[in-house]
Amino acid sequence: MQIITYILPEIFLAISSMFLLILGVFLKRGIKVVNILTIITIVLTMALIITQSNETIKVLNESYIIDELSKFMKVLTLLFTIFVLLSSKEYLKINNIDKIEYQVIILAALLGMLIMISSYDLIVFYLGLELQSLCLYILASFKKNEEKSTEAGLKYFVLSSLATGLLLYGFSLIYGFTGSTNFTIISSNLNTNNMSAVFAIVFVIVGLAFKVSLAPFHMWTPDVYEGSPTSVTSFFTLIPKIAALTVFIRFMYVPFQNVINEWQSIVVFLAIASMILGSIAAIGQTNIKRLMAYSSIGHMGYAFAGIATGTNSGIQSSIIYLVIYLVMNLGAFACIFMMKRKNEFYENINDLSGLSKTNPILAFNFLIILFSLAGIPPLAGFFAKFYIFMAVIESNMYPLAIIGLLTTVVSAFYYIRIIKVIYFDKPRKSFDSTYDWGLKTILYGSCLLILIYFIYPSMLIDVVSSIKIY
Amino acid sequence: MNFPILSAIIFIPMFGAFFILITQGNEKNVEKNSRYVAIFSSSVNFFLSLFLWFNFDTQTSEFQFVENKKWIDGFINFQLGIDGISMLFILLTTFITPICIFSGINSIKFKIKEFLIAILVMETLILGVFCSLDLIVFYLFFEGCLIPMFLIIGIWGGERKVYSAFKFFLYTLLGSVLMLIAIISIYWISGTTDVIKLLEINIPTEYQFVLWLAFFSSFAVKMPMWPLHTWLPDAHVEAPTAGSVILAAILLKMAGYGFLRFSIGLFPIASNYFTPLIFSLSIIAIIYTSLIALMQNDMKKLIAYSSVAHMGFVTIGIFSLTKQAVEGSIFQMISHGLISAALFLCVGVLYDRYHSREISSYGGLVSVMPKYAVLFMIFTLGALGLPGTSGFVGEFLVLIGAFQKNILVAVLASIGIILAASYMLWLYKRIIFGKLPNVDLKEMKDLNNTELLILFSLAFLILFFGFYPEPLLNTVDITVSNLIDNYQLNLNSYMQEIKN
Repeated sequence: MQIITYILPEIFLAISSMFLLILGVFLKRGIKVVNILTIITIVLTMALIITQSNETIKVLNESYIIDELSKFMKVLTLLFTIFVLLSSKEYLKINNIDKIEYQVIILAALLGMLIMISSYDLIVFYLGLELQSLCLYILASFKKNEEKSTEAGLKYFVLSSLATGLLLYGFSLIYGFTGSTNFTIISSNLNTNNMSAVFAIVFVIVGLAFKVSLAPFHMWTPDVYEGSPTSVTSFFTLIPKIAALTVFIRFMYVPFQNVINEWQSIVVFLAIASMILGSIAAIGQTNIKRLMAYSSIGHMGYAFAGIATGTNSGIQSSIIYLVIYLVMNLGAFACIFMMKRKNEFYENINDLSGLSKTNPILAFNFLIILFSLAGIPPLAGFFAKFYIFMAVIESNMYPLAIIGLLTTVVSAFYYIRIIKVIYFDKPRKSFDSTYDWGLKTILYGSCLLILIYFIYPSMLIDVVSSIKIY
Repeated sequence: MNFPILSAIIFIPMFGAFFILITQGNEKNVEKNSRYVAIFSSSVNFFLSLFLWFNFDTQTSEFQFVENKKWIDGFINFQLGIDGISMLFILLTTFITPICIFSGINSIKFKIKEFLIAILVMETLILGVFCSLDLIVFYLFFEGCLIPMFLIIGIWGGERKVYSAFKFFLYTLLGSVLMLIAIISIYWISGTTDVIKLLEINIPTEYQFVLWLAFFSSFAVKMPMWPLHTWLPDAHVEAPTAGSVILAAILLKMAGYGFLRFSIGLFPIASNYFTPLIFSLSIIAIIYTSLIALMQNDMKKLIAYSSVAHMGFVTIGIFSLTKQAVEGSIFQMISHGLISAALFLCVGVLYDRYHSREISSYGGLVSVMPKYAVLFMIFTLGALGLPGTSGFVGEFLVLIGAFQKNILVAVLASIGIILAASYMLWLYKRIIFGKLPNVDLKEMKDLNNTELLILFSLAFLILFFGFYPEPLLNTVDITVSNLIDNYQLNLNSYMQEIKN
């Protein structure tokens, strides 16, 4: 029975999502109840995870791991899901996609992510991944009357299935060469003497890179992010990245730890390619969601630069990067949710023109977030990059550091281009002010965090520094 | 003394900005109140820094008023402290900022509240640069200046403001990211970013050259040195008057300060090695940009190019590394801070009245604006380095120092003085003397009280320090000798090493 307590959060989440589905069908006007209950479910799951013991435990025949990394990432996933749900409430209502299924599918996707984060076995990981992916396909096409949304869902499905295929092929090779799906056993059997097994790693990395949308496997990202409803886009840019990054860390540092020299160059390449693509391709964008897609590719590139170092401080720096990225993107999407006039949402960058005159407070918040995304000190975004480059230079990977910092200059260009539109251009009609307190709190909260992060940067480091893989 | 006076000086403007940010109410009241807050906080800051100066011990080369707080656990401390060099720059900053605020209130027509916030935040960041004794903290403040300056140029600038703001932002950002890599490398090489400790331990010679170049890339853009100066004329021309003043008077000095504190202090051997590079770039800057300045039709552009030329003197002085030259270049920076501020304000006075920066649209102003003509004369003479103005003292000391080091450099640099005289006097002649080219010019009003007060105080200081430079030189004296002693010590031991 001991086992049950370790996987209780997942069991609880699974049961309550099914319960909510049934409840929503049978209750009249069930959507309000479901909305509230979804948040309560997530909070309770989070509480269950936090109360778990701090030691590293592997259960279910060593296929499922609970350690500092998984606990931290799970809490992060759940916490930011709450924020995303709160901030997109108004959007869902106005676009008439405020359905029971939406909440339930998000819960199911969360379940998949929790399993991914804790997986210590190829098959368990695959189960989690598929559960999550299938939910995400549905979410992408949730605005089913709209051509773009349907297209996004289909595109995501087709391309992502391809990646899953590659991943599975890699898994089967690994199983063939090492004789197990368990991470520990793979790790001991996979070494540089077993070169053919290294071959399999390429497939696994490509498959995973696809899921995180690292260049050059990013093709689906801009289209899917643009086509999906904005609430889903904001979910996409935040939550699946947490799970995918955790899985990446786990794969690289546990089963593949003996072949670090082989995968390191691949990850460095992926990181550099994403940083360059993320900064250059975003320059020409006019749609803000598309721009955020490219920006997220770039940001993932930086996060992976940390992983590429192969050290504990590297992992910690990329986790710090991830957390700060989440806060910044949450704020940015809160701003995008506020771009509405008379129940219609706008997505074009030019619609922001002269925002500083019409909505000065929103403009100021956006300004802070954009400068932070560009990594200008003393805002939080700078510290995120700073930790990454600390770790990268510690490992003497100077080319990676130099390219990384040069691309921040290029990417600064498109962020300040938005600031230019907001602050220097002639004003258009003002956006409606929102009365949704959730959205407002999230915008101001994230902005405040970004602004005052420099006063006490140790807090985040203290939390993250307990996470070690080796 | 336990009172954290440096933190107070740094963060008072920030609090002022915060107060302005949260003031609510009808627009008139908000504007009025934010003016009061801005003037109040910046002048309090000025008096605090005067107080700091009186308490400053000129007999020691140690860092004074040091504050040290835990910041990022384990590796970075938030450390502040000043020596003679930073003392002068702090005074310059706290003196120029109220002037910018007065001038902004006078000439900025919209979004005054935001403008004042930007200026005050800017002051905080600049003071942070001059006070910080940790490389990371320094970088934080150094880079942070980009945000308010970008907004000042972009929002209140002229017609091509967007282009100029972008050019300014990207140029300086590109320069400084390399410095960030260098700073992080220093951390991993020597285990600390604490400047006091770093000045004591020597950074291994083989790293010094690369690190020096990385720092150089940042400071050379900011200074600006030829051929990286092209952002400066654009930024100056399009920025509002107050923006130009801050840019020319204080922002450029951060680079000179950086050279003195970091390039020479931390990498003495590399500094010695690269001196010919600096000398040649500076000589080109002096002669080439002076010639360009001669041909300008736009007053602000002319002054901007002359700034580049004057900064050329500063870099020559710094890297001559004799006591006179270094003191001279510090003096030159302060004096240029006063003179260029005054000149940009003078241009601003004309622009506010006639909305043109073209030299050809003016002429014969002496008959309509006599007070203006007198003050402008003083600043012109200061800019060309006439004895009796502060401009002379700086250039003279630099040339004496450079002469000891390299005669050719000194001779070529003095050509710059002649050129400076020609473009400044020609500018003066075209604007102030001659016939009125336009009937409208007769309507021009002479200086109002605020402008008179600002320009008069600047003129007073320029003349005062021209005749009596002692207070300034006395402040930096010990610091500079210590800097040069350290440099020589390092160099000698290195030469010894090579011989062995």
